Amino acid sequence: MLAKRIIPCLDIKDGRTVKGINFENIRDAGDPVELAKIYSQQGADELVFLDITATIEKRKTLVELVKKLARNINIPFTVGGGISSVENVSELLQHGADKVSVNTAAYKRPELITEISDDFGSQCVVLAIDTKREDDGEWYVYLNGGRTKTATKTIDWAKQAVGLGAGEILLTSMNNDGTKNGFALEITSLLSNTLSVPVIASGGAGTVEHFKEVFEKANADAALAASIFHYKEIEIPGLKKYLKENNINIRL
Amino acid sequence: MNIAIIKYNAGNVQSVQYALERLGYSAVVTDDHNEIKNADKVIFPGVGNAYSAMQSLKEKKLDELIKQLSQPVLGICVGMQLLCNHSEENDTTGLGIIDLNVKKFVSEKNNFKIPQMGWNNIYNLSSPLFEDVKEDSFVYYVHSYYAEIGKETIATTDYIFPYSAVIQKDNFYGVQFHTEKSAEVGDKILLNFLNLK
Repeated sequence: MLAKRIIPCLDIKDGRTVKGINFENIRDAGDPVELAKIYSQQGADELVFLDITATIEKRKTLVELVKKLARNINIPFTVGGGISSVENVSELLQHGADKVSVNTAAYKRPELITEISDDFGSQCVVLAIDTKREDDGEWYVYLNGGRTKTATKTIDWAKQAVGLGAGEILLTSMNNDGTKNGFALEITSLLSNTLSVPVIASGGAGTVEHFKEVFEKANADAALAASIFHYKEIEIPGLKKYLKENNINIRL
Repeated sequence: MNIAIIKYNAGNVQSVQYALERLGYSAVVTDDHNEIKNADKVIFPGVGNAYSAMQSLKEKKLDELIKQLSQPVLGICVGMQLLCNHSEENDTTGLGIIDLNVKKFVSEKNNFKIPQMGWNNIYNLSSPLFEDVKEDSFVYYVHSYYAEIGKETIATTDYIFPYSAVIQKDNFYGVQFHTEKSAEVGDKILLNFLNLK
């Protein structure tokens, strides 16, 4: 039976790991390759690296990092941040990344999703969506790391993206991110139960129960978290043991 | 040991090479016929579309070469699927080395995500390829097409229904999952492959 995945996310700035709290106030949390090795040994099912300073001159640093990661870890990983062309993708995949995540650039030019999926397969295209629930009760798509609001509903964009060739959705709730009050169950569940591709829930994990909840109640395929892992508030072996004991299908 | 990784326009050969390096082996990524023929072990990786992968093999005349190989050959993912007779992916004729057909996953009640992406078990393990690998171990899969079960099946997995996780005929082995991304279990299977006589 296919297992639910636990995915630590490492935000990368200038080759180092950082984590934004509510997308601000970044703090250094260590060397990405060392962290990645620790996580893979601890039983992380996959890793996500988001380059939050993806300017053109920093691209080379990112490619070098991908190469080091691919040499050092034996689990799959996704790289994202500022990807806007097939050339960007090709470079990252060639050096050993398994998937890429696209966000703002794909929203602005949706054909990007199809271009990547045609060239490399939909399995390697992760569409990242930053979403926020507004006062009208609807979940909207935000761009540019959560700074720019759009009038597009998250479910509409997600459906369109899957039609264009996205193979997976990484859904981050801005309302929940950094709160440690749990994942956004409602929107995660809506996407997971509507779409034909896997959904990774992100934002809000604070306790092991939150992971159980997002798998059981929201039917998420994977759950992602960052700082709680980086600061060892939750450790992966303990988390996976808890989930297993609670009858969630988990790789131990 | 000389290990050749077949170079053609399909996939993440780099990851396979890195995996071998982590295990202490070096491998050449090559489309040179002599180099492949003379290798002790041949790895036939693959990611992406079976049809374009097959086209790329044909352009390099690697299709005929692969069929003639007599050393252990390991097909990974699309590489495994191409060892079979036929794939429903773009109606692709495979190498026909292993007498199985590759079909597209269909989730009738729409309750299974396609592609299957993630960690799933392998069971009914019956080959030296699985020495010291436990039944129901988890390995990493990413695929929308699967090979049916047949007499060449040497490990089974289950997603929607049971199908072949690993197949073998004579010196040809094929794994549907990504050994190079399957943590310790994948490393063990790769090592076992390298230790085959």
